[in-house]
Amino acid sequence: MAAHLKKRVYEEFSKVVQQHPLEEVPAKKLRLTKPSKSAALHIDLCKASNPTDALQYLLQFARKPVEVESVEGVVRILLEHYYKETDNSVRLKIASLLGLLTKTQGFSPDCVVDDVTNTLNNEKSHQVLAQLLDTLLVIGSQLLDSVSITQRLIEVACKHLSDTYFGVRNKCLQLLGCLGTIDKPLTKDSEAPGTSAGALRDVQSVISDYFADQDPRVRTAAIKAMLQLHERGMKLQQTIYNQACRLLTDDYEQVRSAAVQMVWVLSQLYPESIVPIPSSNEEIRLVDDSFGKISHMISDGSWVVRVQAAKRLGSMLQVSPHFLEQTLDKKLMSDLRRKRTAHERAKELYASGEFSSGRRWADDAPKERVDTSGVNLIDSGACGAFVHGLEDEMYEVRIAAVEALCSLAQSSPSFAEKCLDFLVDMFNDEIEEVRLQSIHVLRQISRNITLREDQLDTVLAVLEDSSRDIREALHELLCYTNVSTKECIQLALLELLKNLTKYPTDRNSVWKCLKFLGSRHPTLVLPIVPELMSLHPYFDTPEPDMDDPAYIAVLVLVFNAAQSCPTITALFSDHTFRHYAYLRDSLSHLVPQLRLPGRKLSSGLSCEASGFGSGSVESAHLFLQESLARVNTLHSLESPGAQDLLEFTIRDLQRLGELETELAGSADFCATYLRCQLLLMKALQEKLWNMAVPLCLKQNAMASAAVKQILEETYKLEFLYSGLETRQVATVHHVRLQAKALQLVLAARTKRGVEPLISASEKFLQDLGSFQRLFMTELPHFQDSFVEKLLELMPRLVACKPMDLVKILQTTLRQSGFLHLKLPEQIHRASATIIEPTGESDNPLRFTSGLVVALDIDATLEHVQDPQTTVKVQVLYPDGQAHIIHPKPADFRIPGPGRVRLITQVYLSHSAWTEPCQIEVRLLLAYSSSATKLTSSKPTWNEGTEGFPQVETSIEGTIPLSKPVKVFIMPKPARR
Amino acid sequence: MPDIKVTPLGAGQDVGRSCILVSVGGKNIMLDCGMHMGYNDDRRFPDFSYITQNGRLTEFLDCVIISHFHLDHCGALPYMSEMVGYDGPIYMTHPTKAICPILLEDFRKITVDRKGETNFFTSQMIKDCMKKVVPINLHQTVQVDDELEIKAYYAGHVLGAAMVQIKVGSESVIYTGDYNMTPDRHLGAAWIDKCRPDILITESTYATTIRDSKRCRERDFLKKVHETVERGGKVLIPVFALGRAQELCILLETFWERMNHKAPIYFSTGLTEKANHYYKLFITWTNQKIRKTFVQRNMFEFKHIKPFDRSYADNPGPMVVFAAPGMLHAGQSLQIFKKWAGNEKNMVIMPGYCVQGTIGHKILNGQKKLEMEGRATLEVKLQVEYMSFSAHADAKGIMQLIRMAEPRNILLVHGEAKKMEFLKDKIEQEFSVSCFMPANGETATVETNPSVPVDISLNLLKREMALGGPLPDPKKPRTLHGTLIMKDNSLRLLSPEKALKELGLSEHQLRFTCHVQLQDPHSDADTLTRIYTHLKSILKGYTIQHLPDSTVMVESIVVKVSSTAEEPNLKIILLSWSYQDEELGSFMSTLLKKGLPVGLC
Repeated sequence: MAAHLKKRVYEEFSKVVQQHPLEEVPAKKLRLTKPSKSAALHIDLCKASNPTDALQYLLQFARKPVEVESVEGVVRILLEHYYKETDNSVRLKIASLLGLLTKTQGFSPDCVVDDVTNTLNNEKSHQVLAQLLDTLLVIGSQLLDSVSITQRLIEVACKHLSDTYFGVRNKCLQLLGCLGTIDKPLTKDSEAPGTSAGALRDVQSVISDYFADQDPRVRTAAIKAMLQLHERGMKLQQTIYNQACRLLTDDYEQVRSAAVQMVWVLSQLYPESIVPIPSSNEEIRLVDDSFGKISHMISDGSWVVRVQAAKRLGSMLQVSPHFLEQTLDKKLMSDLRRKRTAHERAKELYASGEFSSGRRWADDAPKERVDTSGVNLIDSGACGAFVHGLEDEMYEVRIAAVEALCSLAQSSPSFAEKCLDFLVDMFNDEIEEVRLQSIHVLRQISRNITLREDQLDTVLAVLEDSSRDIREALHELLCYTNVSTKECIQLALLELLKNLTKYPTDRNSVWKCLKFLGSRHPTLVLPIVPELMSLHPYFDTPEPDMDDPAYIAVLVLVFNAAQSCPTITALFSDHTFRHYAYLRDSLSHLVPQLRLPGRKLSSGLSCEASGFGSGSVESAHLFLQESLARVNTLHSLESPGAQDLLEFTIRDLQRLGELETELAGSADFCATYLRCQLLLMKALQEKLWNMAVPLCLKQNAMASAAVKQILEETYKLEFLYSGLETRQVATVHHVRLQAKALQLVLAARTKRGVEPLISASEKFLQDLGSFQRLFMTELPHFQDSFVEKLLELMPRLVACKPMDLVKILQTTLRQSGFLHLKLPEQIHRASATIIEPTGESDNPLRFTSGLVVALDIDATLEHVQDPQTTVKVQVLYPDGQAHIIHPKPADFRIPGPGRVRLITQVYLSHSAWTEPCQIEVRLLLAYSSSATKLTSSKPTWNEGTEGFPQVETSIEGTIPLSKPVKVFIMPKPARR
Repeated sequence: MPDIKVTPLGAGQDVGRSCILVSVGGKNIMLDCGMHMGYNDDRRFPDFSYITQNGRLTEFLDCVIISHFHLDHCGALPYMSEMVGYDGPIYMTHPTKAICPILLEDFRKITVDRKGETNFFTSQMIKDCMKKVVPINLHQTVQVDDELEIKAYYAGHVLGAAMVQIKVGSESVIYTGDYNMTPDRHLGAAWIDKCRPDILITESTYATTIRDSKRCRERDFLKKVHETVERGGKVLIPVFALGRAQELCILLETFWERMNHKAPIYFSTGLTEKANHYYKLFITWTNQKIRKTFVQRNMFEFKHIKPFDRSYADNPGPMVVFAAPGMLHAGQSLQIFKKWAGNEKNMVIMPGYCVQGTIGHKILNGQKKLEMEGRATLEVKLQVEYMSFSAHADAKGIMQLIRMAEPRNILLVHGEAKKMEFLKDKIEQEFSVSCFMPANGETATVETNPSVPVDISLNLLKREMALGGPLPDPKKPRTLHGTLIMKDNSLRLLSPEKALKELGLSEHQLRFTCHVQLQDPHSDADTLTRIYTHLKSILKGYTIQHLPDSTVMVESIVVKVSSTAEEPNLKIILLSWSYQDEELGSFMSTLLKKGLPVGLC
């Protein structure tokens, strides 16, 4: 064996050496070859005189990755030492290393199975045994397809299930859970002593035996194994339901927590089957029974279990409505399980007096009357589960309960109606997160409900909250709310106006809220219009101030209501029409188009726009396709008239983007792409290529500027648009590659000396290589293109000198055809608008120089992917200094899909100025080109330590995302 | 049978002067030592003469445990320890130890300085008493002596309130004191593990109440305060200085902060400031929110709540005032009430229970004209509201605690008899455990079934292991032969041989013999052969030998057949077995009594 091993080691040794030249060709670096891992390990382990040393070597070894080729050798060496080793800890480490090694990508672990099972049989130490089983688990989970190995592993697991050490039993159960199948009974049962009588037993019943194990950890593992079976798509049998229910009263919290999951799983599998109720001879549906049991766990002693239970309740949608409604009822404790005794209970109640609510003084004095419908029972399942959950001590439980309420309410309108009061109560929670969550939840279910006046009143009370998030969430909620009476509208308007005066920054949000409120309830707004607009039948009332935000708010409400209720417009006075025209122009997103009788519409355009309708999008789309098709007829960049065509198309597309917001992304994308092509074309058509170098400096400058611009635009194309497919990305990269080639050619013409050229051309070749690697699948689409031609010439390029390379590039560039763009389904352009600061203020922000001043920034971002890491704030001082600030992740809020709101503060500072001056603030989108790299195989082995060197250096940069906003500041000199 | 005796000296079917004696496993413990608010004579304190007529209590009590600092739980402590005489340990939690003397001193001042009572405990006595206190932490097991140990659990209710577990050997008692199962703005909920005590002594103040959700109450409270303040009215909230007051303060403070309100909130000073100081210190005893945020800002450092000055009551404009005492029977709250009662814009909110006869009770019952001293009448125009903010567990909470602890017996104290009756029925019906509700001076006795630990010799165990299967099965009991030796206050289980050797006794053989008469026409020898074959067919797995001396041996049991000459058909079968084979022997005798089957050759 040893001789064989050594041979192996040397073989590998030599193999690695041979491979190096092949790999290293492009980089042309010299690297000292290291001896193979296994050899080094072998030597180290032989050197080790005592277990501690051996352990140290193993630990060191574990820190370094192992190449696929040498894994097997290493495994052999390790096993060799395993047999020799007497110390438990070293054997344990070896066993764990085996598991890690088998995870190496590209290594097929089936050859190790035999060895590990053999060692398992001879192992005495329980800990090592557990670790070996763990290794088997790792191996097994990679070889799920191989039936024979799975079968063998299951047998091994069954055999060790009767071990006295809990860890071993745990691992066995895990193995069974990961590999076992339910439908097939375990063959060869006689081997497993734990199972009696040799009857055919399936994995499920074997695992369920351990539900009653004496060790809580094993019980937990058994339940987890069962859940694992479920996750793997096996259908669990209903027989274990009773066992699972019994585990709900276990003494240990982890068992209870797992049992809650188990009961939940079963309730989802067999919702409709009927289970008997103990202590009576009635029967109920299983899902109702389990719902009752899980609700019960909301008053468990451990908060972990409570959270688990609350979460699960939310997903039990099949539960019967009367059970569901009980969860919100604490006082009415009618126990549906024992209906027959209800009358007896009522009598008892009569004798004892009713429970009091504790809300009014002395209402618990015994009453003569008895309410037979209010049957009280203290302890029973679902009763008041959510009432408890919502006033739990831990906010984790409360949040879980609120979320559960949400999902249940969405499926049941009557429940939604009932839980309204409770949710409204949660607006008053002590923790803001909970308050916010409950407002969001109410918004989600508000489609099902209509708020009564008193409820609206409590909801509106929260508008005074000092937290901006809460207020905005509430505005969002009001946008979706239905109210029942005109008083409600009045109340809401009143509170919103109050809100506006107290927190003027909420202006936009309040207006938007009123817009929806108006358009939702036109008939309710109608009767209060005269009052709102302070109209009088005979007298003209004074014209209100047009700049008053409160007045604008009222107008927004009325105009939106008037859209679907033409009677309102008849009530308008003259100045209202004027204000309408003004607002329609300045706040067009808030004020809708109105059909005003006897008035000329402000312009013909709007009429046309209204006639445009839904067909417009399609026609615009058609137009887009047609113009692209027209461009696609171009074959070569040098064909006559191509330039003009491109210019016209770009102009068309830009205009289209402005008109049709839905297609803006696509149109912009195409236009930018075409502009890149156009620039490239212009640069190549210059006559400069024929001139002598010294004569064409000016043209050269123009071409290099074009190159720069193309590069910039390609980064925009790649990172600013979301919804791109690999093909488009490849196209963009292709343009970039062309630009880089041009750059290289230009450099060759202007720069003296070969030195800089060598590195540049090497760089270009690297880029080319990485393009090929990244877009291997897309290459067929690039027929007759620049890249294809280059790739054909690749062997020559690698070998030739830089000057030759440049020549090849020059010709290929000029000969290569125009690459057509195929448009993906949906493209969105990332954009941002800075709402605050507005840039209108004439009052400079004064602060003492050297100290800092905080500037509040409020911006909305649209279609930005992963804004937390990519969006930055840039501050540009008049002296050219630029600061880039990374906002905290918590500053990004997500009010809706695709929309992100950034509310942050940036700190400004500067030395003293003599007079106030403007700084520019804008948002940037940071990108790194490596981010798009399809994540190449990372070493699975201990990632994070000493990975392979990055082949490409990532290119990082920023793209301006928003228009700059000017802020007037004035750093004053410090007073001494 | 061993038993646990519980005798309430106070709080038995009553609220006030909690004092419960427990004797468990030969140890006597006093739980709480409170005073009664309703009396000013001797009935104020528990009747310690129940324990001993004369002399000190030290030799009768092993320890005293105080659950929390309310006077009805600790008010009689200096009286008991200093005036009656007790020098043993007194256990209480750290916050209780800190706040308790403040309250006792205040109580003493009112009784002695204001009411002019003599023969009352002095400040020095309070100090001496506090020296005997041993502070304990939550979940810390304290060994009082070799056998008695106590452990505290969190109880909510007020800062530092604890439930205690008292354990002697395997017998245990849990005393809850006052507790709260729903968390509030400054404290968490009571929690206990599944300790399965023999007896759970629980308070039952709200035995017949199931309270509405806490949030409704809070929202109502805030809404009322807010509305009154918005219309420019003044709000008076009479409170007792500690406990509820802090909760309401936090509630209003956070509300003011959230809503950016500007109206002033005042707190009438007094002992509150000292106590607030302790609230700031014992952050670990508060709820999740305060514990998590105190690093940024301690919630008890109020921003909006300022100390009250008498002159402020006449200030114009809205304000909110917290003032003591809680039932409007005297002091600052009454003075302010008199000033504000005439204006219907104002409001008074009673946050808790009011004793009959107090002004609080009167106005809650809707009285519109109050007679004051000096024949003056006061017209009540302001709004009167009641909000229950009491921090006791309601019926559902009590049931929840019982479910958490799973006790074998339950004993109700600290509640009204009639309400207890109701809860008792419910408990017995829901949990089917027995429930007691002794009156003061009445003793409830609970029989316990303590497990007795026995040392077993390793050799014996190993021998059993060798005999039995591979693993002990926890589900099935197994019998084991051994000798129990009770010597020197210890119990040991040994193998019989070793026990004999140790005790120096010689072994005696015990044999049973028995005659079975049988009708059988065959000869003696044939009968024996028949018996042999019969036994062989039935007792499979035993060694059965037919010996040449005309006996059959089954293991160690001898079977012989004889007959008399007169009746040769009547066989007398002699069976003889040793004590160890009793089971098999008796089986065989019954088997043979049934006779031999006919078809046997």
